[in-house]
Amino acid sequence: MSTATTVTPTKMWSGGKSPFNVEYGKLMMWYFLMSDAFTFGAFLISYGTIRFSTNGWPDPNEVFRSFPFAPEGVHAPLVFVSVMTFILIISSVTMVLAVHAGHNMDKKGVVRNLILTIIGGILFLSCQAWEWNHLHAEGAWWGHNPFLNHDGTASSTNFTNYFFTITGFHGFHVFSGVIINIIMLIMTLTDKFEKRGHYLMIEKAGLYWHFVDLVWVFVFTCFYLI
Amino acid sequence: MEHIHTIEAEHHEGGGTKEIWKVTIILSVLTIIELALGFWMMGMPLESSLRLAVKGAIVILMLAKAFYIVAYFMHLKHEIKNLIMTIVVPLALFIWFITAFLFDGNSFRHLRNTYDPHFKEQSTIKVEKKEEKKEETKTETKEAKPEERKTVE
Repeated sequence: MSTATTVTPTKMWSGGKSPFNVEYGKLMMWYFLMSDAFTFGAFLISYGTIRFSTNGWPDPNEVFRSFPFAPEGVHAPLVFVSVMTFILIISSVTMVLAVHAGHNMDKKGVVRNLILTIIGGILFLSCQAWEWNHLHAEGAWWGHNPFLNHDGTASSTNFTNYFFTITGFHGFHVFSGVIINIIMLIMTLTDKFEKRGHYLMIEKAGLYWHFVDLVWVFVFTCFYLI
Repeated sequence: MEHIHTIEAEHHEGGGTKEIWKVTIILSVLTIIELALGFWMMGMPLESSLRLAVKGAIVILMLAKAFYIVAYFMHLKHEIKNLIMTIVVPLALFIWFITAFLFDGNSFRHLRNTYDPHFKEQSTIKVEKKEEKKEETKTETKEAKPEERKTVE
């Protein structure tokens, strides 16, 4: 039934065929992610606009310089955040592997990779919790900014407000992604998909999880690197 | 009902674990390059054009990573053209969105620097006790809990 590739585009829309060639739920997941992309886009662009409209900005390498269990005052910029980034990339890979195992109706593979993905998500959230806690202990919170600008001038609270709002919103997405994956794991273990005859639901959860990783690529670059 | 069959027939095109591992390696390498550029950038003077160029390179790498995640992990590249277009074309709004707002922010800064002497002055006053302050926060975090800190302030 690979007729879909051979028909001309006009025939795709003349009825009797799915013009997008995906099931309803997956298409709607894509549209939801698109709207979510605009939400995150609005946050990040607003951050960029404010940053462009002020003369000074704190140096991320001074702010994010600590590491768990390291002595106080250690200067290790970018190290902790790269650990977080790699955790999220690897959990994204295990999610693709789970989706792939689902295609082959390989229940064991789905279960194993979903568990790894959930562990990755929880690890990421723990890292973020540690970082927030550490920054809070340094006096940073919404409305409080203990850090100075790059050039030693006083900084406004815009920096911490945007940081906590955007990473918080992303962290909330990771959290809901972990919950969704746990539900997928339970459904797999109770043979829901086996009875249904396909693992398409895992794909939708996978799309959401990859989106979370995608957003982190942007958040990581905008806050920690540049 | 018949289109459900086409879905399953289509899905086995492309992909496979080989592609997954290839993309994983590409993403890791891109991230490592980004981090290397980040470390390199630390020693550069603030307003140098080289620093700006490195930032530009990091943004390009970021977009490349986004492409690999969406195209291969989210499988968009292996979907049919109709679906790709319905997702990608609306996202093109971001080009306007980013350009317009960043230009706006930049122009606002120029306007304030030119016409608002207070704003200009405010951004040139250095906070003097930088060293002392740093030590203060260090000892504070060691000794005091966050609740006690507020009363200190």
